[in-house]
This record gives sequence, C-alpha cells and structure tokens, in this order.
Amino acid sequence: MFGLSAKDTRFLLIVVFLTLATPILLQPFPETSSLAQFNAGYPDLMQKFAIFGIFAIGFNILFGLTGYLSFGHAAFLGVGSYTVVWMYKLLGYNVLPGLVLAVIISALFALLIGFISLRRSGIYFSILTLAFAQMSYNLAYSVLTPITNGETGLQVYSNDPQILMGENSPTSPHLFGLVMRDSVQVDVGGWLFTFNIGYYFCAIIAILAFYISLRIFRSPFGMMLRAIKTNQTRMNYTGLNSRPYTLAAFVISGMYAGLAGGLLASMDPLAGAERMQWTASGEVVLMTILGGAGTLMGPVLGAGFIKYCENIFSKINDGVLHGWFAFMPDGLEDFVIALIHPFVGKGWHLTLGILFMLVVIFLPGGLVEGGQRLARLFRRKRKAGGPSRKDPEHRPNPEPHVAE
Amino acid sequence: MGILEVKGVNKRFGGLQALGDVNLSVKENTVHAIIGPNGAGKSTLLNCLVGKLIPDTGSVMFDGQSVLGRKPHEINQMGISRVFQTPEIFGDLTVLENVLIPCFAKRDGAFRMHAFETVAHEKEIVDRAMHMLDDVNMADKKDMHASSLSRGDKRRLEMAMCLVQEPKLLLLDEPTAGMARADTNNTIDLLKHIKATRDITMAIIEHDMHVVFSLADRITVLAQGTPLVEDVPEKIKGHPKVQEAYLGQAHG
Repeated sequence: MFGLSAKDTRFLLIVVFLTLATPILLQPFPETSSLAQFNAGYPDLMQKFAIFGIFAIGFNILFGLTGYLSFGHAAFLGVGSYTVVWMYKLLGYNVLPGLVLAVIISALFALLIGFISLRRSGIYFSILTLAFAQMSYNLAYSVLTPITNGETGLQVYSNDPQILMGENSPTSPHLFGLVMRDSVQVDVGGWLFTFNIGYYFCAIIAILAFYISLRIFRSPFGMMLRAIKTNQTRMNYTGLNSRPYTLAAFVISGMYAGLAGGLLASMDPLAGAERMQWTASGEVVLMTILGGAGTLMGPVLGAGFIKYCENIFSKINDGVLHGWFAFMPDGLEDFVIALIHPFVGKGWHLTLGILFMLVVIFLPGGLVEGGQRLARLFRRKRKAGGPSRKDPEHRPNPEPHVAE
Repeated sequence: MGILEVKGVNKRFGGLQALGDVNLSVKENTVHAIIGPNGAGKSTLLNCLVGKLIPDTGSVMFDGQSVLGRKPHEINQMGISRVFQTPEIFGDLTVLENVLIPCFAKRDGAFRMHAFETVAHEKEIVDRAMHMLDDVNMADKKDMHASSLSRGDKRRLEMAMCLVQEPKLLLLDEPTAGMARADTNNTIDLLKHIKATRDITMAIIEHDMHVVFSLADRITVLAQGTPLVEDVPEKIKGHPKVQEAYLGQAHG
C-alpha cells in the first residue's frame, strides 16, 4: 500500500495510530492524582512534539542518512516562522499561504547555504553551517529589523494590511475557519482529554512528513545518501557525483525545518530571532542522536523525549518535591530534596545532559537501539529451551542496519 | 590504436620526476600488466588515468576521448572502473546494496533525483545485481554487512561492483597486495574467470610476479618513472633490462 512493503505499511499505520491517539495516550494519570503533572496531553506540548518531530525527521535525512552534521538548521526554522508571520500581516490569519511560502523560501535559503557549505565536509562543513546560522541570527536580531522587528519579535499589529481578512474571519491562526487554538475537552471519569485542532493539523502534516521520509529511506536516492555517508571515494569512482546528492539532501532537510518553523508560527503567531540561535540548532542534533541517528523513528522519539523533559521536569519545583516526600522524617526529607533539587526545575538541563551521556556511551544507536535490545531480550526469553545463543555457528554479528 | 593511449605523460612533484615521458597503449580485450620496483611511478600513472592527478604534459586518450581534466565520476561514466589496493566498498550497506549502487549509476548517470521510487521495485536492476553476485559466488552473503566480510570477500565484492557496470576498461591497483597466499590464488582464479567469461580490457598494476605471469597478455616494465620495455610475458622474464631494474646493476 502507498508504494510500501507490507512491513513498512504496518509500521506506518502504527505511527498514524500513535500520532492520532496521542491526546489519550499521553494522559495516563487521572487529573486528581499526584502524578497528573507527568501528563503531557495538553495542546501546547503535543504541538511541540509534532513540530519538533518534523524538524528532527528532516534533520535526520541530512545527518543520519548522508552523514553531514549541520549546526545551523535553526536558521531555516526561523525563516519559516518569519515567512508565516509576514503572510499573517499581509494577507490574513489563514496559515496555508504562509506554510507553502515558508517551505519554498527555506528551500531557496538552503540551496544557497548548502551550495557554499557543501564545498567542505566533516567538521569544516559543520563550522560553515554554524557560521551561516549565527549570521542569520544576528541579521534578524539587528540589521534586518525592518523585516524581523529585531528583539521584540515579529507579530501582527492592528494596522497591518491583512488584505484577505473578511468581516467574520477568525482573529488568530486558522485553516479555512478551523481555528488552531480551539479544542474539544472530554472528561471521562477523572481523566481529561483535550483534542486540539492545532495539534491535529500538525499531526497530519507530521504523518505526511514521516511518510515522505520513509519513501526516501527506501528509494535509490536514499541508498545513495547512505553510500555517501559510508564511502565517498567509492561513490565517485562508481560514476556518481556526490555533490548534487548532498545538496538535495540539504535542501530537503532545510524544507522540513522551514515547515516546522512555519508550524510554530501557525500555533502561536509570533516569530523571534532566538528561534535561529545556535542552541536551537544544537537541540535538533541532540534530538536526533538521542533517538537514534539514521533510524526512521529515532528522531521523532528524541524530539518527544527532549520536549517532554523540557516541559515536565522543569515544572517540578521544591514545593512539588515536598509533596512527594512528605512521608519521610523531616531531616531525611530535606536531604533527599536537596539531592534531587539540582536535577529538576531550572536544572532540568542537568538531567538531560546526564541522560544524553548515558545514551551516547551505552546505546550509541539511541533510544531505538535500546528498544531493539529490549525486544531481542524478550524474544530470547520466549525461546527458552532452544539454543541459548541466537547464532550457534558464531557468524560475525552484522551491525544494526542503518535504515531500520 | 589501443583503447587506452597514454602519450608523453610527465608528472613532477617538486623536485621529483615521478613520471618521465610515459607512452603506453592498452589494446582492447587484453590484460595489460604494469610492473616495476617500488617508487617506479605505477600508482602515479594510475592516478593520472582516473582523474585523481592531472599530468603536467602529455595526453591520455580513452576510447578516442581525452580523460584529462575530467572528474573521477565522469571518467567512470566513460567506461573506466577501478579496483583499489585496499578494497573500497560501502561498509555500512549490505552486499546486495553495494552491487545495486553501480547498477543505478550505470542506468541513471551521475545524478538522478529518484527519491520516490523504491529500490525493491526495480526488478531488472535487482536481478542484474543478484546475477553478478552469483557469478562471483557471493549470492548467499547478499544480506550481510559489507564491513563484516573477510578481506578476500571484500575484494571479490569490489570486483563485482566494478564488473556489473560492464566497464570497457578495468583498472586494478595491486589487487592482491597484503593478501595471504590462498586469497591471492582465489583472486587470480576470479580474474581468470572474468577474463574467460567476458570481453574486457584490464590494466593491472602489480608487485606479485606470480599474479602478473599467470594473467597478463602484455607487460610494461616501469622504472624511475619511465617505461623500460613492453612485451609478452615470456620475453619479459629473461629480459636483461628488467633484471637490472629489479636486482640493481651488476658492479664490475
């Protein structure tokens, strides 16, 4: 189905199901329970899961498949956001023209930056992209103030033309009348589920983005990109020109980033220069590596994981901790809280850093490798009684396949 | 006229004359070996043929066209494939994928944006690659990772990747360097099999005399960047100039 093998179709359908059921799945604890703050099923966070999932899927095409580590992808994120907000200002709050234009403009932008940066590979490529992104950030922050509104950030004002705005048009981002911030809340015996239009809009685009990435992974083009990552010498001596392949991968991932940036502005009609800063570029690198570079699902998992930590761990303050450990004797309670305190609330980066180190050291293939190891462990247990080794002939162990 | 014509090629690295006035003609459907002691300029000559180096003077014509100033991928598309001293393969890819890539390169040229096709649906190409793997006795290893192959199998795979493109000229840079005797013999058998089963021109750079004399139709001896003699293997064996180049001049 959809030009995919039976296995991939099943995989895609699982992803579709998980994405559409996210508002329910991420709300496992009843509202009144003390664990309710670990619920992630609120619109703002779910939108971020989908949007940064798209960003990471695109980044993975460049980094995971082709092996070029860009440190400047946030520039495209920013370009996408600015484009969408400008379309709000000029045309109106319908997100469609802005999103289409965001993808086109970020593609052109990526073509230019990629053309120059891809003259080098390895660390020099990374530095070039970083330089471009920082240039974009500084331009947006100061020089290009008429376009970007500098440090205030770009937003819609009441005297903007908005030529397509009718009498009854919604006054916040919408898609032909479907207002992004509208939600339906369903209360099922203690559990509160929020079905938000904005989330479902992002989710459908994310599924499309995932499908395109799946097709690229299985295509001859995707195979060429993996070949470039493995051995450029052989690539060239096989009659293949690696430059247009790497440039195409760069532009595709730039378009994904532009789309993600556009969606950020579709959920919240603002665009600021800080979206282009190098920390934002670094974040997508973390997401991809944490989840599993070069795997299909990894980047999405990584994006979800980081955004979850950012939003959930950072909310845990001392008050919450005291609530949890109230059963302990006073001295011990204070001691335990003092131990945990640096890792939560404002210190959530510390937790993320430690988790990142653990993953890189013990699971170089990211969370996906962790999942595969667990699955293998279970499968072996089920086969108890059979040969204890999976491979009685001691054949060399193939490394995990890059496109799994 | 040979399929490959090298005329008056000079290459200088600073003060070192790596190649001095090299003339070489490789005839179609022959195996031409280039031998010579260390530092004779064999690898420099090879690099001039594949676009990695550009000679200072002289011309390199392949199939009636000059290869000078062309990039390696353009030269490959003209019909020259190259086997490296250490096998250059796509280690992270499976054996089958390694052979698929040259098939795509042959059909689609140096670049094509085939992002919405599916590798598994390209029946014709997959069949061709499988046929090639059968021919080099590697069909049972098609799903293995190329990096986990033995040294001899990596060489075999690289050879398959070159042959599946049906090149007009196959360049081999010391195909048995650093190999155990058994692997060397396997490689010789493979090359003999290739020579017997298809019309192909091969140019081999080699150190191992056993390899050279069991395969070559013609041999060029290179010493200090200049061809000494060119002849059939029987004549080369006893040639005084060759013995001199390899064993040094007799003092007397």
